[in-house]
Amino acid sequence: MNPIAHSPHAHAPVSIAKVMATVLLALTPATLFGFWLYGWPAINLWAISLIAAIVGEAIVVRMQGRAVRAVIMDGSGILTAWLLAISLPPFAPWWIAVLGSLFAVVIGKQLYGGLGQNVFNPAMAARVMLLISFPLEMTTWVAPAPLGSAHAPGLLESLRITFLSQHIDGMASASLLGHVKTEFTRGVGLDQALAGYYTPLDMLWGSRAGSLGETAAVLLLLGGLFLIARRIITWHAPVAMLLGVVVPALLFNTINPGHYAGPIYHLLSGGLMLGAFFIITDPVTSPNTTTGQLIFGFGCGLMTWIIRTWGGYPEGVAFAVMLMNTLTPLIDQYVKPRIYGRDRKGAALPANKGA
Amino acid sequence: MKLFDLRGGVHPEGRKDISTERHIRVLPLPKKLFVPLQQHIGAPANPVVKVGDHVLKGQLIATAQGAVSSSVHAPTSGVITALGDFPAPHPSGLPVPTITIESDGEDKWGAIESVDDPLSLSPENIAARVAAAGIVGLGGATFPSALKLNLSRASGVQTLIMNGGECEPYLTCDDRIMRERAVEIVEGIRLIAQAVDAKEIIVGIEDNKPEAIAAMQAAAQGTAVNVVAMPSMYPMGSEKQIIQVLIGKEVPAGGRPADIGVLVHNVATAFAVQQAIRHGKALVSRLVTISGGAIKTPCNVEALIGTPVQELIDFADGYTQPAARLVLGGPMMGQQFTSTEVPVVKGTSGVLALTAAEIGQAEASPCIRCSTCVRACPVGLVPLEMMTRIRASDLASAVKLGLRDCIACGSCSYVCPAHIPLVHYFNYAKGDLATQERAKLKQEATKKLADARNERIARIERERAEAAARRKAAREAKERAAKEAAAKAEVV
Repeated sequence: MNPIAHSPHAHAPVSIAKVMATVLLALTPATLFGFWLYGWPAINLWAISLIAAIVGEAIVVRMQGRAVRAVIMDGSGILTAWLLAISLPPFAPWWIAVLGSLFAVVIGKQLYGGLGQNVFNPAMAARVMLLISFPLEMTTWVAPAPLGSAHAPGLLESLRITFLSQHIDGMASASLLGHVKTEFTRGVGLDQALAGYYTPLDMLWGSRAGSLGETAAVLLLLGGLFLIARRIITWHAPVAMLLGVVVPALLFNTINPGHYAGPIYHLLSGGLMLGAFFIITDPVTSPNTTTGQLIFGFGCGLMTWIIRTWGGYPEGVAFAVMLMNTLTPLIDQYVKPRIYGRDRKGAALPANKGA
Repeated sequence: MKLFDLRGGVHPEGRKDISTERHIRVLPLPKKLFVPLQQHIGAPANPVVKVGDHVLKGQLIATAQGAVSSSVHAPTSGVITALGDFPAPHPSGLPVPTITIESDGEDKWGAIESVDDPLSLSPENIAARVAAAGIVGLGGATFPSALKLNLSRASGVQTLIMNGGECEPYLTCDDRIMRERAVEIVEGIRLIAQAVDAKEIIVGIEDNKPEAIAAMQAAAQGTAVNVVAMPSMYPMGSEKQIIQVLIGKEVPAGGRPADIGVLVHNVATAFAVQQAIRHGKALVSRLVTISGGAIKTPCNVEALIGTPVQELIDFADGYTQPAARLVLGGPMMGQQFTSTEVPVVKGTSGVLALTAAEIGQAEASPCIRCSTCVRACPVGLVPLEMMTRIRASDLASAVKLGLRDCIACGSCSYVCPAHIPLVHYFNYAKGDLATQERAKLKQEATKKLADARNERIARIERERAEAAARRKAAREAKERAAKEAAAKAEVV
């Protein structure tokens, strides 16, 4: 006979696998757009990332003597690898994907104790590791060459790009954030740096140089709204992160438009949309309460803007997320909902019999 | 009327439609009834009958003992065949003291004192009659109603809230009683209001019961009873939550509704009060919903207290498939039971036979800190944090996080995508805390007794020594006197 079960004797039709699958679904449009925009090398890179994560996680879970199937099937490792893959330069070599994926799931997640135990967002930890260790490979961007267009690499050529690091002439490009940062070091002003490089409409659709799946701002936004509608995430952290970038950008742009770019430039470049809707909404590494998520999100946005504006790196989302991840336990310690019948400090409310 | 917001809450699938259109039917008289002595919060009742006694329906068979207790009455006429232990309607199924009555088939009421104008009775008289009828809260908490009336009258009540929320899925017996017996309920409500001298009377009914709302509004016409529709959400029918929604006040932590001038009773309790006072009928039956995916004909019955649950299931034409789980009460807070020979008691609102698909439980997986439980908690707790503390046996931290404020409504467990049995952890911790407190009290009592004993021994010894000293002094005085007398005699 079954052991006696405790109430409730009803359960919402939800599971972790369903949550992860919904997030993957929300990521799909932006990812497919990335595949189209950058062609076969991007597809290779994505596939390698996922395979490496699955195999790597299976091996370490087996070494721990735990059931492999349940861990792989919860989909969290796949999601981590997917997020890492779409934050890589699309023409990056295969070993970048393998190394990053293994670092994310093995060191970033399983060494902490597996799902739910890690302090840092595994995908961002892996990306930061790769960026610091392999700055060249991680900042070699290419101009979009949509599948079917004249200069798109064919399947065979794509395999050479991914596995033999073959250099493709005429395709190298700089990301907008990187370009502006470089121009600043040469003493070129913002207006000139942006001239011919920045068209907001292209940025919106994602037709620009950048990471594999981070460029399609509209598709990422739609994916995020889908997740909010499905109640997988709430609006708090994403909106706060966007505000964290927009508010200082607007302020400094108003003061000195010649040096500080405006909010639209920041919103549509780099990995901000991806970060706001898919990275900082990672439940494991973000605070529990809505107020906590507002603080966390705003902090992520502000740090991103600071790093972009005054830091050594052109893009700061990954660093900002990791920095704020360290504050999550602290935020959770101090930001808690008010308990029924108690005041904010936890003291019982006074008796009040009414008139 | 303006309603107030409620924090958190969940929307479980109602499944009320499968029984809600079924009229209340009276269950056929069972041959044997098993009436436990403890069907309420507090001390068990004390039996006042012997094996072999013939009793009439409504006759007192066990009397309340102690400050918090309730009387128990014979649910039908017949012969007492046993005073002994019988499996309890509890997950443990452990035997509890129970009076067994063999029905004589006549279902004959004993002497009944009816009151033609019950609203003319004094508050004390109403409470006394409620106590004599053995009425307890029929919403499930089973707190002795008369005691609640007396405590509330003593502390003063501004607002009487009648709970017609019935937010638990499947259960429809409160819905049915409001539709079919609204006039009696409204009279019961007015009696309760009179017993506590309430200034304002609000009946809160979830808006998924439009017929019940209409029936109650019609019955309340021309009285001070105000029937209000509330949004349907779980746990709207929880005492603290219904107060918050209807009057916007919160019961202070560790306090009672009386602390904010509120008294909450269930609508079915109001019916029992009306029956007890107008018709002099003790609480010997209640409405029960028989439902669940494994029940062939879900329905609502009026069952005598002590009726074996199996008879209810048979009345609903048995099972369509083997039940994955049997539950007494609703699915959110009800208790699993395993033996269908257990009896219906005063707190039994539902008998559910659920299928595995309805339960929807899966193996627990790791917490991903998604904080869905934080958003669902109607109290404002952080269930996931409490759970990790309890797992680490750090009960003190769990208490600091609000463990004692948890109302065990089950919303967190219901929504958890990792299927972690959060409420199970909390109730385990509450039990552990209670055990620790009892042990501490016992230790303190033992220490007090030991100190008293030591003091007593010391006092006896001291007194003995003093007595010995006195005796010695007296003896010496005597000897001295004798010597002096002798010396005097010699001199003389």
